[in-house]
Amino acid sequence: MSANPATSDEILIGRIANGDRLAMQVLFARHHVRVFRFTLRLVRNEATAEDLISEVFLDVWRQAGKFEGRSAVSTWLLSIARFKALSVLRRKPEHELDEETAEAIEDTSDTPDVTLEKKQQADVIRKCLSGLSADHREIVDLVYYHEKSVEEVAEIVGIPEATVKTRMFYARKKLAELLKAQGIERGWP
Amino acid sequence: MNTNKNEAEKLPEDVELLLPWHAAGTLSRRDAARVEAALANDNELASRYEMVREELGEAIRLNETLGAPSARAMQDLFAKIDAEPARKPKASFNLGAWLTDFVTGFQPRTLAYGATAAALAIVLQAGILAGVFVKDGSVGFSTVSITTNAENALVAVRFNPQASAADLNQFLSDNKASIVGGPDSAGSFKLRLADRSLSDSELSAVLKRMSASPVVGFAAKAN
Repeated sequence: MSANPATSDEILIGRIANGDRLAMQVLFARHHVRVFRFTLRLVRNEATAEDLISEVFLDVWRQAGKFEGRSAVSTWLLSIARFKALSVLRRKPEHELDEETAEAIEDTSDTPDVTLEKKQQADVIRKCLSGLSADHREIVDLVYYHEKSVEEVAEIVGIPEATVKTRMFYARKKLAELLKAQGIERGWP
Repeated sequence: MNTNKNEAEKLPEDVELLLPWHAAGTLSRRDAARVEAALANDNELASRYEMVREELGEAIRLNETLGAPSARAMQDLFAKIDAEPARKPKASFNLGAWLTDFVTGFQPRTLAYGATAAALAIVLQAGILAGVFVKDGSVGFSTVSITTNAENALVAVRFNPQASAADLNQFLSDNKASIVGGPDSAGSFKLRLADRSLSDSELSAVLKRMSASPVVGFAAKAN
């Protein structure tokens, strides 16, 4: 019988608060890949993202006793990860991040010309998703990949729920524009 | 009239904003039903929803191509944890965590939250009753049990798994009910409604009211 993941996450946090290293290992094993991917999409550098996830989980180790369970543990983890990633981004020069982009994000398409020739819409969509601004990438990932509700995204990003909805809408609109520029007309917006 | 028209025009827009969450399955049941109804009646919206689903699939694929961190991340983490000062286990007993731990061992996972909250309510009620006995100066052995087995005063209720402890307390208070048993193998709790026997019409009205509550998944007369 398996427990509800959200419930068992809270149990793990309770054990971590009491210094249980095994509980920490379980929580890390359960969440580190998603936290890594979320962080990587923000900082766009694998080594930096790896450094950050150990920092994120170290914060969990230190702060577990203060976790009140008002949000899901996964939401808490992403909030910590976002805060740390933004701190790194503030310290790093912009050009350095841009140079690292190509290394961090696997480009599954060939060259733009070849992509257009192949008419592989899925590849182009992924490429355009990578081409969104940091704010738009973040919200798209939180909603689509990390399966966060409007309320949870609002908590992680620190914006009102109404803004969450409109930001997601504008992210999708921008995506449609990028697709159009790549020759894919979807008839919206 | 204009206001009504404007509001009617805004509604599809709001529904459209919710499409990404509907595709990801993270909307509340009510919002999901609202979006489903709009999709059924609006072909244009339905075609936009297909675009959302396509984006969802590709966003997942994109993230899955990002790989995973190396073992270095975990090694670094535990090296840092080892360097932390030793931590004393908390002296206080975390009742909520213990109950959650305990109940999840027995219940289907979907019932974990509801059962935990209900179990917590039982403990709280028991605590209150114990407090009353102490205050009244009662001595000797006392058993908190169903003092009234009046017919039609007991109901079986299965709580909604999403219900919080606060929701349950409010529900019990609103219905002047107290939990006297459970959960059984189906996750149902036995509630006492009153110290007197209720008429069939009274019981029927109570059950109807309880069934309409979002806190309750199922309510029936207890056997």
